[in-house]
Amino acid sequence: MEAFGLLLHGFAVLLTWKTLVLMMVGLVLGIFVGVLPGLGGPNGVAILLPLTFTMDPTSAIVMLSCIYWGALFGGAITSILFNIPGEAWSVATTFDGYPMAQQGRAAEALTAAFTSSFIGSLVAVLLITFLAPMISSFALKFGPPEFFAVYLLTFCSFVGLGREAKHKTVISMSLGLLLAGIGMDTVSGNLRMTFGSPELLRGINFLVAVIGLFGISEILLTMEERLALRGHAASISLRVVLGVWKDLPKYWVTLLRSSFIGCWLGITPGGAIAASFMGYNLAKRFAKEPESFGKGRIEGVFAPETAAHASGTSALLPMLALGIPGSGTAAILLGGLMVWGLNPGPLLFVEHKDFVWGLIASMYLGNVVGLVLVLTTVPIFASILRVPFAAVAPMIVVSCAIGAYAIQNAMFDIWLMLGFGVVGYVFKKIGIPLAPFTLALVLGNRAEDAFRLSMIGSGGTLKVFWSNGLVGSITTLAIVLLFWPLIEGLLGRVGWKASR
Amino acid sequence: MSQTDIEIVVDDPTAPEDDSPSVVSSGTIEIVVCLLLLALAVTLGYDNWRTGASWDSTGPEPGYFPFYLSAILGGGSLYGLIAALVAHRKAAETFVTHAQARRVLAVFVPTLLFCLVMQFLGLYVASFLLIAGFMRFVGKIALWKSLLTAFLFTAIMFVTFDIAFDVIMPKGPLEAAFGR
Repeated sequence: MEAFGLLLHGFAVLLTWKTLVLMMVGLVLGIFVGVLPGLGGPNGVAILLPLTFTMDPTSAIVMLSCIYWGALFGGAITSILFNIPGEAWSVATTFDGYPMAQQGRAAEALTAAFTSSFIGSLVAVLLITFLAPMISSFALKFGPPEFFAVYLLTFCSFVGLGREAKHKTVISMSLGLLLAGIGMDTVSGNLRMTFGSPELLRGINFLVAVIGLFGISEILLTMEERLALRGHAASISLRVVLGVWKDLPKYWVTLLRSSFIGCWLGITPGGAIAASFMGYNLAKRFAKEPESFGKGRIEGVFAPETAAHASGTSALLPMLALGIPGSGTAAILLGGLMVWGLNPGPLLFVEHKDFVWGLIASMYLGNVVGLVLVLTTVPIFASILRVPFAAVAPMIVVSCAIGAYAIQNAMFDIWLMLGFGVVGYVFKKIGIPLAPFTLALVLGNRAEDAFRLSMIGSGGTLKVFWSNGLVGSITTLAIVLLFWPLIEGLLGRVGWKASR
Repeated sequence: MSQTDIEIVVDDPTAPEDDSPSVVSSGTIEIVVCLLLLALAVTLGYDNWRTGASWDSTGPEPGYFPFYLSAILGGGSLYGLIAALVAHRKAAETFVTHAQARRVLAVFVPTLLFCLVMQFLGLYVASFLLIAGFMRFVGKIALWKSLLTAFLFTAIMFVTFDIAFDVIMPKGPLEAAFGR
């Protein structure tokens, strides 16, 4: 019940004209970002982050998280109308969404997508409201070894559970951790890996890297493809909306199942992309006539959209409660927290109540406002795609440059951004995942500090990571996850022998 | 009822052809990237070893953590290198075709020039030149449309960042002439 009171307080913080306007601005910008090719949730948030530097943290996070909700909504528009997923997590939405549009049921598909997005987020926000304070108050008891173990768990689960080649995940992660260490050492004050360059003294800023990796490289990748498109323009009438909503209770199993999948994959670093596919596949498997999927079945829109939104939202749970982001975008929001002088982690709930509950309240409000906004303005956003990419591309480049420069007022960062753009382009093309790199870059220093403090505390023995039941089980779980593919293979072989 | 009869059609006349020959295979790029990463791992590893990667009276030295990370990075890239060399003998996957490379460079080169020009003329003038130039020469959009779009976008950025939000961008002689 305490959570409920604090949430009401959060709404009170939020309900000022200024915050509401920022919320609308954030949502509109977010939908733009979601609809336009070559821009996505993470880089939209990263590019627009500098706008918030002069705001107070609560307004800033409200606007940024609304950009994120907007981007999640926006991805569905292009998937359904044009068969072009604006975001990777909307790919599964095209399977049934586009056939529906072709049958003249575009409005129905869009309503289904937006509504299920809303439901997915709502479940995830409820989870955050009640679970995050509990986790964070539990985590207040954590010392450096426990924190290091949790970081280790995050990194190991990326390696063990990721779908990419393992060595590529390891490369991406260790590179991120190394680059995070450049500059002044936080414990001893010594300089590391600066090679006498004054520019490297500051270290490599996480946000500059993100803008390059996701913004510039995305433009390069987009240009490689044929940018012609052909699709429907649809407006949604109230009758269609009510019609879809009336049928909603019929699909409660699908909605609930997808919400659970999404929340689970959002909290663990599985992500919205995996969630949307899993939601779709499970809906298909449990359906009475699975062969009707892919031919314009409304459940095929409900399932992936609910899961993607639940996952995108619940990725904020570990970020708020533990200071560990569950997705790329959450990592960028975490970077924002640090810029505004907040220390992400369990203490946030104690020291910055207004901020945390303002953010959680904005998730409720942002999603309601977002739903109404997308339902009423779809035709406008769909027509953004008429703007030629030759006009959009340089504008995105300029926005990236403004974002990169504004973070530290350094010209060097512009070159870093360009460099990371090339790195991001090459890495994406040869299958080196960028998410572990981003996570490692933002968590690198904190993980190292936790490790060194544990080592100093224990006199240099690794036994400290098994010194009590809690830290021991987290560390062991981390190691199990790291070697999960091997263990799975081994178990499979044993099971195979037994069954023979 | 919903309107679904209106169609949005956008063409892409300069799209890369599908049958364009390959410039370089993914395998080759993978080998090059692994070699570069290996070199980086060795350089950083050496630097950290020099800083001190062992254990002193107060605990781990500053280079301790990054030294071992360099070793992991080195190991990962070495594995990647061997894997890429072994796979290289088999089917070569295209990294980029001629037509794609042309389009990618059509964005990358202007972006590079934009970053260079920004050092001398400031961000806003460079942005104007980039947007107008790109729309006109790469997008083949009418000159007046290109100039107008570039001017409007740059002006909006200037008002938003420099005036409304007080985020100061690099300036050049043009802004100086107006006393900003």
